[in-house]
Amino acid sequence: MSDILEVKNLSMRFDKKTVFSDLNFNLKKGSTTALLGPNGTGKTTLISILMKMLAPTTGSFKFADGVRLGYVPQFRNIDAEYPLSIEAFVGLNAPTFKKREVKEAIKNQLQETNLYEIRHTRMGEASGGQKQRAYLAQALLDHPNVIILDEATASLDPMAKDELMKLIRHLNEKHNITVLFVTHDVALAQKYMQNYLYLINGHIEQGEMAQFKEAYE
Amino acid sequence: MFAFDFMRNAFLASTFIAITCGTVGVYVVARNFSFLAHTLSEIGFAGAAFAVWLGIGPLWGMLLFTLLGSISVGELSLHSDQKESSISAISALFTGLGVLFLAISGANSNYATNILFGSIVGVDKQGVIQLVVLSVIVLLMIFSIQRSLNFDSFDHIGAVAHGVKTGLVSVIFLIALAMSVSIGAQIVGSLLVFILLTLPPATANYIGKTIGSMIAWSVFFALIGVWLGLYLGFITNLPVTFFIAVIEVVIYLVTYFTHLIKRSL
Repeated sequence: MSDILEVKNLSMRFDKKTVFSDLNFNLKKGSTTALLGPNGTGKTTLISILMKMLAPTTGSFKFADGVRLGYVPQFRNIDAEYPLSIEAFVGLNAPTFKKREVKEAIKNQLQETNLYEIRHTRMGEASGGQKQRAYLAQALLDHPNVIILDEATASLDPMAKDELMKLIRHLNEKHNITVLFVTHDVALAQKYMQNYLYLINGHIEQGEMAQFKEAYE
Repeated sequence: MFAFDFMRNAFLASTFIAITCGTVGVYVVARNFSFLAHTLSEIGFAGAAFAVWLGIGPLWGMLLFTLLGSISVGELSLHSDQKESSISAISALFTGLGVLFLAISGANSNYATNILFGSIVGVDKQGVIQLVVLSVIVLLMIFSIQRSLNFDSFDHIGAVAHGVKTGLVSVIFLIALAMSVSIGAQIVGSLLVFILLTLPPATANYIGKTIGSMIAWSVFFALIGVWLGLYLGFITNLPVTFFIAVIEVVIYLVTYFTHLIKRSL
C-alpha cells in the first residue's frame, strides 16, 4: 500500500519548551492508526500541525496527492441550550442555500452516521454519542479520504464508544477512508485500530496495535 | 394613523430597522455578543452626544463611535482574559464622555432624552432614506458572508477546523453590528437598542431549529414589537420605546416559560 502521509524530522517548540523533536512516521493508505500517548504529550499539537493550523518549528510533512482531509476536533461549544437541529448543524459545512445535490449529500451522511431518524432533534438535547456522530457527519460532507478524530470517545459511555468505533471501522472498510484516531484509551484502540503511533517524552514509536502491549507495558 | 406623514415615515424606518436588527441579532446571540451589543449602545450614546457638540447629525457621530468601538472592543473581547471587566471599563468611560459632550454642547435635556430613548416619530423623509439605505447595506454585508458567518457563529471550532477565515468574518460582522446599533438607536434610543438586537433572537432560539427559521422568527418578533409599539404610542401618546420594550419582554418571557414547561413534561 502506498503512503498517504509522510512526516520528516518534525519538531515543535513553544518558547523554550520542546513539545517533540525529530518525529518521523508515515501513514499507509486505507489504514487505521491510533495516536496514543499520555495527556499533555502533544497529540493535539501534532494534529494541529498536520491540519496546518500551527506551523512546526522545523521539519516537514506531506500528504499524498488527492488527499482530502476531514478533521473532528476534540472540543465543541455546544451547550444544552444550543438551538440548531442535528441536520442544520451538519449542514453548516455547506452553502446556506442548498441545492438538491447538497440536500441529498446531507441526507446520505445522516443515514451513514445513523442520525437520519433524529435529524430534527436539537444538538443541545442530543446525547454525547449522537453529538460525536454529528461532528463526524459534518466532516464527512467534504468526502474526505483521510479523517483525523481527536479524542472523539473521551466523554462517551461504553455503549456509545462502541457504536462510534464501529461506525469508524465501517467508514474505513466500506469507503476506504484512512483513519488517524487520537486517544489515550489503549483498550479501545486495541479493539478497533490496526496500527499505533505512540507519542511519549517528545519522540514517537510506530507499530502494529497487536504488538503494543508487549512493547510498552 | 397613516394620514400623518410622520407616522408613515416612522413605520417605514422602523420596519427596515426591525428586519436588520432581527437578522443581525440572531448572530449576536449565537456569538454570545449580547453584552458587547449593550456596550456598543453606550458607546453610541457618547458618539451621538459628540455629534451634537460638533453640530452634525447624531446618526453620524454614532456610526463613527460604534465602528471604532466595535473593532476595538471586539478585539479586546476576543483576546483578553478579563473580557467582562474590560468591557465594563470601556462602557463606563464612554457613558461619562457622552454626559460630558452633552453638557459642553449646551443641548437641552430634551435632546438627551431623544438620544437615550429614541425619537422615531420625529424622523423626517431624509432620515428615513438614510436609515433604509444603511439597513440595506448591513443586510447585504451579512448576506455576502452568510456561509462563513453561519458556520463561525454556530460552530466556531468546526469552522476553524474547516479553514473558514474566522478573523475576517468577525471583523465584517462587528462592522455590521456597529451599524445596526447606530440605526436601531434611532428608533428605540441608544439605551434600549440592545432590546431589538437580543430579545427577538433570544426568543427565536427557543422556536427555530435552523438558522433560516431563527432569522424569520426573530424578524417577525422585532416587527411585531415596533409596529405594535408605534400603534400603541400613537393612540395613547405614551413613549413608543416603552411599548416596544414591554412587548419584546412579554414575548420573550411567554416563550421562555413555555419552553421550560414543555421540557419538564
